[in-house]
Amino acid sequence: MLTRSRTGGIAAIAAIALAAVAACSSSSSSSSSSSSASASSSSTSSNPLSQGGSSTSVVVGSANFPENELLATVYAQALQAKGVKVSTKLNIGAREVYYPQVEKGTISIIPEYNGTLLTVEVDKTSTAKTTADVDAALAAKLPSSLQVLNPAPAQDSDSITVTQATATKDHLKSIADLKPYAANMALGAPPEFKTRSDGIAGLKATYGLTFKSFVPLDESGPLTIAALQDGKVQAADVFTTTPQIVTDKLVSLADPKFNFAAQNVIPLVYKPAMNATIINTLNAVDAKLTTEALLQMDNAVITEHASYSTVAAGFLQAAGLS
Amino acid sequence: MSFFSYAWDWVTTSANWHGSDSIPQQILAHLGYCVLPLLIAALIAIPAGVVIGHTGRGAAFVVNVANSWRAIPTLGLLILLAVYLGFSVLTWLLPLVVLAIPPILINTYEGVAGVDPDVKDAARGMGMTSWEQVTRVELPIALPLVLVGLRTSAIFVVATATIAAYIGLGGLGRFIIDGLASNEYGPVAGGALLVVVLAVLVLALFAVLNRLVVPAGLRAQAKLGRTE
Repeated sequence: MLTRSRTGGIAAIAAIALAAVAACSSSSSSSSSSSSASASSSSTSSNPLSQGGSSTSVVVGSANFPENELLATVYAQALQAKGVKVSTKLNIGAREVYYPQVEKGTISIIPEYNGTLLTVEVDKTSTAKTTADVDAALAAKLPSSLQVLNPAPAQDSDSITVTQATATKDHLKSIADLKPYAANMALGAPPEFKTRSDGIAGLKATYGLTFKSFVPLDESGPLTIAALQDGKVQAADVFTTTPQIVTDKLVSLADPKFNFAAQNVIPLVYKPAMNATIINTLNAVDAKLTTEALLQMDNAVITEHASYSTVAAGFLQAAGLS
Repeated sequence: MSFFSYAWDWVTTSANWHGSDSIPQQILAHLGYCVLPLLIAALIAIPAGVVIGHTGRGAAFVVNVANSWRAIPTLGLLILLAVYLGFSVLTWLLPLVVLAIPPILINTYEGVAGVDPDVKDAARGMGMTSWEQVTRVELPIALPLVLVGLRTSAIFVVATATIAAYIGLGGLGRFIIDGLASNEYGPVAGGALLVVVLAVLVLALFAVLNRLVVPAGLRAQAKLGRTE
């Protein structure tokens, strides 16, 4: 089954035929015992590039924003460390550009976010909110050539965020803790938050919160951060991996009742290009990837202008995966 | 559906005319964001234009600065100020004042500097002081051009005050920005249409103003000039 679909994939990837043929020949010989193949490759991979010809080849792609390029680099380096032959295609574009490419196998792996992947591309009517529900819906609805691996704990989701000072003063940890204070707080968010189902209405339905006023700002951008710092708003919709959370000492409140759908980082993969080594490696990376770790890496890349490869290598080393 | 049918449907929906954040309220807020910047710009630019026009000193420098000043992107300035100043009155006021100054300044300067030298001579010959020459001869003669400057600035400001909504304030920009964010074209087109209507009303207002404040003799002269 595995070998047959892999051959089908090769037919589709005419553009990288040479590398794909190499992959096919190695995989057909090792498909019966891929776990032992991966063990041997990792034990002899002091220089992973030198033995590329004998291992599987995959293409790791990314969307066109820094965090996604960083995640793709993390995946690519982790796979290289296990002796997988990897090429990268970063900064491809938006989802509508790269998704069809994964579907037909020109891209084998791309870092995704389970919530938006589900509601934007796979099933627009889905109302799944929790990580488990979203992943189950994805598993059920993805096209047959596609698969998602294990989700990382790391999430890049909407969050209600306050300053450290406000969080300390009012002992805020979760959105639910805002109950006694919301009536005196101005809430800043992008304009559509006013009508979005997980916006004003969602916060009222899920947590019983009614804010003093709503201030339409931008999408977790400079205006939102400035308004929080300035006291123009006391709470704001900020994405959980926005670097200013680190640099400006902000606190994203937990969302235990999932007002916002889960947005776990998750690898979207082209099924025929996978083998046990690749799947185990990516799952091992995801297991170590927390929101905090991702936030720190984003900050290093965006605020401190460190290179993707340096930051990715640092993370993998700290996680014992390099 | 065309722009106008979207706009018309939205403008004529009576629900949009009542309650908080309704059309009348946002029009009032919008005018509020226009009056103050215009007033401040006029208080700066008219005296400056008169001084430069009357003395002729620094004219090339000031006119060039004012013209290059027009290249400052208003929205960019707004966001810069929001990030560095926070959300004070200056944040929305300053970009609109910056936008409004050049047309008033340049037109006032041109108006005063362009007064017929013979007329200036006569005023001086009558024993008028410098102050009297400016206030009783040069400024009245320059008034039509000063009004052109004010009118241009007023239209700029009426059209551009929509950016106040970008930093969470009200005004007609609220409809445009909120509509764009939630993919509703009615408020986007309707808000834009209302801005155009306001701008046309400003034009009409200045036509009336021109009639009221420009001396009859000058208007007659202008008419004569046109027929010649």
